[in-house]
Parts: sequence; C-alpha cells; structure tokens
Amino acid sequence: MSAILRAHAWSIGLAILFLALLGLAKVIQPSFGITGLESLARAALPFAFATAAMAVVVIVGGIDLSVASMMAVASVTAAVLMQTMPAVPAIVITLAAGALMGAINGGLIVVTRVPDIVATLAMLFVWEGVALLILNAPGGTAADWLENTIRGSFVIPGLPKALVLMTVCVAVVWVPLKRSKLGLSIYATGSHENAAFRSGVAVGKTRIAAYAVCGLFAAMGGLSLTMLTGIGEPVPGPYLMASVAAVVLGGVVLGGGIGGLLGPIIAVFILRIIRTILTLAAVDPNVTTIVEGTIMVAVVMLGALVMMRGRETV
Amino acid sequence: MSSAPDTQDHTPPLVRVGRFLGDNPMIPLLVLLAALIGVLEIMRPGIVSPFWAGNTIKFAIPLAMLAACQMLTMLTAGIDLSAAVVATVAGFVVATVSPLHGDGAGIAVALLAAAAVGLVNGFGVGVARVHPLIMTLGTGLIATGCLQVYQRLVIATGSDIPDMLEWLGTGRTAGLPNGLFLFVPFAAIILLGLRFTGFGRLLFALGSNEHAAKLSGTRSWQVYIALYLLSALIAGITGLLYVGMIRAPSLSLANPLLLPSVAAAVIGGTSIFGGRGSYAGAIVGALILTVLGTLLTLLQMPEGARRILFGAIILAVTALYVRFTESR
Repeated sequence: MSAILRAHAWSIGLAILFLALLGLAKVIQPSFGITGLESLARAALPFAFATAAMAVVVIVGGIDLSVASMMAVASVTAAVLMQTMPAVPAIVITLAAGALMGAINGGLIVVTRVPDIVATLAMLFVWEGVALLILNAPGGTAADWLENTIRGSFVIPGLPKALVLMTVCVAVVWVPLKRSKLGLSIYATGSHENAAFRSGVAVGKTRIAAYAVCGLFAAMGGLSLTMLTGIGEPVPGPYLMASVAAVVLGGVVLGGGIGGLLGPIIAVFILRIIRTILTLAAVDPNVTTIVEGTIMVAVVMLGALVMMRGRETV
Repeated sequence: MSSAPDTQDHTPPLVRVGRFLGDNPMIPLLVLLAALIGVLEIMRPGIVSPFWAGNTIKFAIPLAMLAACQMLTMLTAGIDLSAAVVATVAGFVVATVSPLHGDGAGIAVALLAAAAVGLVNGFGVGVARVHPLIMTLGTGLIATGCLQVYQRLVIATGSDIPDMLEWLGTGRTAGLPNGLFLFVPFAAIILLGLRFTGFGRLLFALGSNEHAAKLSGTRSWQVYIALYLLSALIAGITGLLYVGMIRAPSLSLANPLLLPSVAAAVIGGTSIFGGRGSYAGAIVGALILTVLGTLLTLLQMPEGARRILFGAIILAVTALYVRFTESR
C-alpha cells in the first residue's frame, strides 16, 4: 500500500490540490455546481488530449512541438470529412491520420537524426500548412450527436460525460500500452537510450511508436475541438505551451523515463480550474492570463527546486 | 585532426569532404545562400539588384538579431522562446510611451521592461533550475498577458514611433538600409565577445559540460542571469528596430519571428544541445530564410504550401548538417 502511495505521491498531491481548488471555487461562488463541473470538463478536453500526447513523447525522451498543429489538422480533417460521410468513418479516418502524422514525426527524427525539438519545430510548420491546405478558413461541420456525447452528465449527476469520454479514450490507448512490451521499451528508451539499445530494445521503432501514439492522442484532441465548436479550425490553439506546463506539473521529467499520464491529466484540470476560479472571482480575463502564466511558472520552478533537494539528499 | 605523422589515410573521400565541411560550416551555408539567390534570378531574371539586396538585408536584420538570442542561449543548451514577445513588448511600449514622455523615456522604459523579463528568465533558469524551454515559454505567456492589460490602459493615448527609430528602420544610406548602423556594431560585439571575452568562453564551457565548468569554479547562476538578461536586452533592441520598420505597433508585432529565429540559429550550425555554434552562421541562416521567403512569395504559393515547404527546408538543412558533422 505504502509502495503504491509512494509511487503515486505526486499524482495524489495534485489530486488533493485539485480538490482544494474545487472547494475554493465553491466558496467564491456558492452556485458553482454540476453545470460548472461539466463546463470545466468540456473546456479541459482538448487540453487533456494535448497533454496526454505530449506526455508520451516526453516519457520516451523527446518532445513534440507540433502537437497543436497536428490537432488543427485532425480538427479540419474531421470537419471536412463529416460534410460528406457519416461521423464514425470520419472519426476512424481522422484517428488513423493522427497516428500517421505522429509516425511521420517519429520516423523523420529517427531517420534524419535531427534532435526531436528541431525536427518537430519544422513539422510544426508543415502540419500548420497542411491544415491550411485542407481548410483555408474555419468551416466544415460536425455531426449533431457528437456534441451530445460531451454535454451533460453520465449516469449520475456531477460526473461529466466529457470527463468519462476523455478517461475512456486515454485509458483504452494507454493502459494496455503501458503494460505491454512496447510500454516497457518506451520507458527504457526514455531512461537511458544507450542502455536500452544494448539490452536489445529496438530504440528507433520504439520512438516511432511513441510518436505515433502522440499523434493519435493529438487527433483525439483535434476531434474534441471539432466536437466542442461544431467546425474545423485550421489555426492551432494555445495547446503547446499548456501541454508542456501540464506535463511538467504532472511529474513527467523532461528528458524522459519518469512519470505517467495520470499526473499530467490531473495537472490539466488544476490549470483549468485556476482559470475558472479567477473568472468566478470576476478578475479581468487579461489579468487571468498573467496570473495563470505566473502560477504555471512558479509551480514548475518549485517542482524543479524540490527535485534538486531530493537529489542532493539521496 | 591529430598532428601525429599519418602515413596512410584510408578515409573515404566522401567522409573527408564531410569532415572538411563539418569543420567549416560556413561553406555549405554560403553555397546554399548563393544557390537560392541563383534560383531566384533564374525564376525572375533581373530581380537580383542592389535595391533587392538592400531590402533583403533590411528584413534579415531583425531576424538575425533575434537569432542572436537563440544562438547565445543555445550555447548553454538553452533556448529563449520569450524573445519575440519581449521584442513585441519593447516595440509596443516605445510607441505608446514616447508621445507622452518623449523618445528617450520611451526607449528607456521599453528596455527596462525587456530587462525585467530577462531577469525573471535568468532567475528561473539559473537559480530555480527550470528547463529554459519551459521557463521562457512561461514568461512569454506572462509578458503577453501584461501587454494586453497595458494596452487597455493606454488605448486612448494613441501611438507614435520615435523619428530616430523610423530612420533606423526604414531609411537608406547609399542604397543600404540604415539598420546596418545598428547591426554591424552589434554583430561585431557578439562575434568578438564570444571569442575574446571570459563571458563568451564561459557560455561555451557551460554548454559543453556544465558539471566540469562548475568544478572549475564557474558560478553558473551568475552566468545564466547575465545571459538571459543579455538575450532579453537584444530582443528589446530588436523590437525597437522592428517597430521602426513596420511603423504599426500591435500586440503580435514580432511574434511571427520567433520560430524563424530558432530556425536561423539552427541552420547556422548552432547545436541545440549546447557548446557549439557561431553567430556568423546564424546571420547567414537569417539571410537564407529571408531569401527563401521572397522565393516562396514569388512562386505565389498558397500560405499552407509555403509553411510546408518552409518546415521541410528547415528539416532538410538540419538533417544534412547532422549528416555532414556526424554529430548532434
């Protein structure tokens, strides 16, 4: 039991912080309730998928700066496809396209041996361009029933459908992956690429697979954007910065090998509820951006300091 | 590399060429630049003129200055993603403060704002040991928020750009842009400073092996604070120049220059992992990107295809570079 506690100490701490912030929201605005939770979960949806995508590649020891652009490609692809075909095949095609984009990112990194950060920076331009070629301005459509899958509560009130959908989507991909040989390879490659290679891990293939999973999550994020707005948006949103911050806040170490997806996703909700609280407290939205950024930077600084202390005592 | 008597050299010729180019990264870069200009001339004969050259240099200057921010921070395995936002802040502040309090005050306030961001970056990276990528992304976000709030306050004042900055940004002397009056001394300081000052050598030392540098007595946090302060000041000065060039302050003035500035530094042979890089390369990188921009405009590419090609070229150049130098 204590071993589990210790292994998840960071995530548990984050969850407690999140609950405390929820309490604070309730104190500031007594009417904050089920509807508030539901809209929080909806707003967090694209951020959560972006963060899951980023977390996988950070664990394998890379970083993908093109996450937001891939989301834009997925969003416009889905919105354009749904104009002519039913939603289900459109979603399947979009998810496949996402995995393909991710695999291309990973493949280019492995083949060209260009550092991840530079290669995905270049791909950020490329995917942005692809999104603009597919759809020049916001447009397209989304099937009506899709919006209902994220609106309202699931079975019991207070359990937002959006949260359930997100949990299921992430878990279906991540849980079997983490328990498989590939999952082990991903952590091994992230911890020490050379050691992993010498132990017989196909490092190159592992990285490509991790980037493909990243692309898959990014496609889910793009789909959630289309579901939320009902249209496709070719210009990438602010998901890059937010996902990196949430990944770090969620206890995934930049450099790889440490962390999971649970912490980062709780971190997304923390960052989102801070925004909700500030809005409830009637803070100017522009000031909210400043406060949000400051909190993000402060938390990351604190995390780095704590980690350094830990390393010195060990 | 060694001077030991070497009787037989079995290195294949191609590898030897690669090594030679790896030791002299400026050669392939200049060849690439010349090739791009050649393609431009073939596509639209007569376009390459002294006037065109002046224009290209004019637009390459702010890019090359922001690339200096990236290059300097990359030497210590960092990056400054707040540079473009800092430039925007400086440009916006100078345009809104000057009409009320005079040009000198405007420039001073703008540079103070830039320095503030730099100090926070330096503190975060040097003292709190946050990854520079995260730290500068975060401060960039905060600075953007501050700028939005500030804009609300000054919305009634209107804006005016100091004459000196307009002269610097848009004027020409003997066919060459006046920006060179700022850029040539600036580039000389960076080039010579990196080679001949202790600070320059400390940057290379920290980037090559931080642990070794610390054991040799380097107080790394001081270097980091000075470095990020310097980077922010360079970005601030770039913003002053850029607002003089564009002559319309906005909240996203220099932001589109961020990714090209990283690209210019990388194309110029600066290693993102630290310890290797040259400013001369970054300058040529900025020129290459500017010429490329003209080329793509001439081809009348849709915006989407332009970005795809831009990204593909950055990747291809870096990949070639990695192949040639056989190291990251």
